Amino acid sequence: MKQLVEKHPLAIRWFHWVNFPVLALMIWSGMWIYWANDVYRLGWGKTTLFKFFPQSFYDAFHLDHKLAQGMSWHFVLMWVFFLNGLLYVLYTLFSGEWRYLLPTRHSFREAVLVTLHDLGLYKKPLPVRKFNGAQQIAYTSVIVMGLGSVLTGLAIYKPVQFGWLTQALGGYEFARIIHFALTIGYVLFFIVHIAQVARAGWNNLRAMVAGFEIEEVDPVTHKITAGPTSLPAADSSLTSN
Amino acid sequence: MTDNSTAPVPGENAPANPEAEKAMLAEARRRSRRSFITLGLAGLAGLGGWRWLISQPDDAGIPHPLRKVLDANSRLASAYFKETRLAPEFARSRARTPRKNGAYGLKSEIDPVAWRMRVQGYGTDKTQEFTLADIQALPKVEMVTELKCIEGWSIVVHWAGARLSDFLERYPLATRSGRPADPLNPPADLAPYVAMLTPDEQYYVGLDIASALHPQTLLCYEMNGEPLTADHGAPLRLVTPLKYGIKHLKRIGTITFADTRPKDFWAELGYDWDAGH
Repeated sequence: MKQLVEKHPLAIRWFHWVNFPVLALMIWSGMWIYWANDVYRLGWGKTTLFKFFPQSFYDAFHLDHKLAQGMSWHFVLMWVFFLNGLLYVLYTLFSGEWRYLLPTRHSFREAVLVTLHDLGLYKKPLPVRKFNGAQQIAYTSVIVMGLGSVLTGLAIYKPVQFGWLTQALGGYEFARIIHFALTIGYVLFFIVHIAQVARAGWNNLRAMVAGFEIEEVDPVTHKITAGPTSLPAADSSLTSN
Repeated sequence: MTDNSTAPVPGENAPANPEAEKAMLAEARRRSRRSFITLGLAGLAGLGGWRWLISQPDDAGIPHPLRKVLDANSRLASAYFKETRLAPEFARSRARTPRKNGAYGLKSEIDPVAWRMRVQGYGTDKTQEFTLADIQALPKVEMVTELKCIEGWSIVVHWAGARLSDFLERYPLATRSGRPADPLNPPADLAPYVAMLTPDEQYYVGLDIASALHPQTLLCYEMNGEPLTADHGAPLRLVTPLKYGIKHLKRIGTITFADTRPKDFWAELGYDWDAGH
């Protein structure tokens, strides 16, 4: 028997969908800025494994010679990115949603199992819960990364007025490196996120838009027999499932 | 998007029979449709807002609303600004020679002996001329600070020169009354802005008076222990670690004072006028 189960609150859905284009534009304008001093690479000594970014990449997306426009967009949208993120964190704190999102002492073990499962190396069923350990770690990390972007951004935006912050983050140049690395982190997060959403399917995707999932429940006990849900306690561990 | 923010009680939504389950699925379809349409409309509204933004009249290289926000940012920054906050200093051994990066205002030949810095008193037509020796007669200040280019690179440089604030205390040209411009106790008739031009007037910057009177804002004549070279702004240039390098005007020709933001070479090309740190 099927049942409608509420999953994502309206506020969280809005924060999620506002953040998506805003972060995308922050990254885009960030690349216009980065182009003007594109010194980062993966490698050692004279060996370069990957240069951020190859000329063909700039050419393909016309990212060159837009430093002024990039800075203006970046310093306008930073407010939206910051406020949306701040409201999201406050909402999760006051609504209690943080209980589902924050990793517990079981999350790391569970995250390993989830990863093995997704790689096809672990066959047993995973715990049925709103967010599994891997998700808890990912969704909490990305908020910490957001805070990191705001702080390193501030450190390179006003390195004298916030000189204490710039010093705490390893100086002007190092803060810029962290700011860039975090951006690469968002791109990697996005790739994994899209792949997982595609795997999880329609029910899961619809929940981030409409808020609910349709779950199969036992007609007698009303216990959910399939599909993740918010119903079990947020701290229920692997063993209790 | 619709919402049911109360956590569901197990069984509450559970249909008792196939008819009820059908009704529940129909309701789910309705909610789903409504939410996707709302999200789609929100997306279109965002797209519309973005198209409106980029269609707005150009204001010195960027759409007018973006310029308004940059100006609001700089008002916020100047409200937070404190002249006691100093840019960090570094060991002299870390000092390097910065790249030249542009020759606007430096393209003509200059005779360093005939060179004079011309300063027009605030609210007057009178212009006073200064030799390099006049500047060097002021207390010499040395600092090893990070020069930050708006392109994103930075480099530690050892600068020496006279504080602009010392100059304006010794030669009180920044006030209407002719009182000295004491940075810690600024007179009421102090000019709010300073403008600098190269002798050929091809490069020009504007500074807020608070940054101009900051103790690390120098009329600089030495770089890394040597007199300035032509490439780096001989005989006299501006250095201030409170601003991006674009404000560090090389080869000072004229200094004037103003009630409104003076024209600024790079601010006319889409950059933030303040460009402050």
